Amino acid sequence: MLTTISLAHYMVLSALLFGIGLFGVLAKKNAIAVLICIELMLNAVNINLVAISKYLTPALFTGQLFAIFVITVAAAEVGVGLAIIIAIYRNRLSVNLDDFDWLKW
Amino acid sequence: MEGIWTAVAFYLLAATIVVSALLVVMLKNIVHSVLWLAVCFVSMGGLFLTLDADFLAAVQVLVYAGAVCIMVVFGIMLIQRGNMGSTNLFNNQTKAAAGVVALVLVVCGYLAATTPWASPAFAVPEKTVESIAEIMLTKYVIPFEVAAILLLVALVGAIFLAKEVKKADAHND
Repeated sequence: MLTTISLAHYMVLSALLFGIGLFGVLAKKNAIAVLICIELMLNAVNINLVAISKYLTPALFTGQLFAIFVITVAAAEVGVGLAIIIAIYRNRLSVNLDDFDWLKW
Repeated sequence: MEGIWTAVAFYLLAATIVVSALLVVMLKNIVHSVLWLAVCFVSMGGLFLTLDADFLAAVQVLVYAGAVCIMVVFGIMLIQRGNMGSTNLFNNQTKAAAGVVALVLVVCGYLAATTPWASPAFAVPEKTVESIAEIMLTKYVIPFEVAAILLLVALVGAIFLAKEVKKADAHND
């Protein structure tokens, strides 16, 4: 039982990684740290996609293709996210998310 | 025999991934966090190898460990000032966040452990690159083109956002 790796093993690993990423997103002060933790969550989803592609539909490759699209979107998201953080830093001289309160009243 | 080595590789890679992800969240210096993030991404590429996804493993190392980590390091160097040792702190919502995460973990772990997953009918075909290319450029060609446009839009948007904006402000005043 311990030596055969099943789909559930990958699912639990992915859930752990997603949880760690979610904790970082919710509990971090630095905007870049939040961006990094979003990357961790997207990677957890990728593990799930590839594992399901192997164990349930080995011949279709849709899971792997979708993982490639997720990687594309994640790369675009990091680029735009960093640009937004740099633009905000120019205005506020801070990357602390608690300081970003323009929409508060 | 092969199953044992796959299991050993899985447990080693899983331990590396979880520990490095925890270090990413827990460390106080954000540059160290990003370095551990690179470790996490590379071992995730190894995990994709155990899942017979060799093309995806290469893409993972190239795009995540190569491009994304370096880009984040450059972003940090462009904006951080002062003491690097306290650049990655927790806010005061740690307990609420831990509660939400515990809930997510319990639900996901329970569902993953109790769902009766079907065992694999047959092995993954050897030619992963050919198979991915075939469906990417036939059945999923429109999402492929949309992804290309998305990358272009993100490129232009990132340049526009990160550009110096003083002249535009002076003109508006």
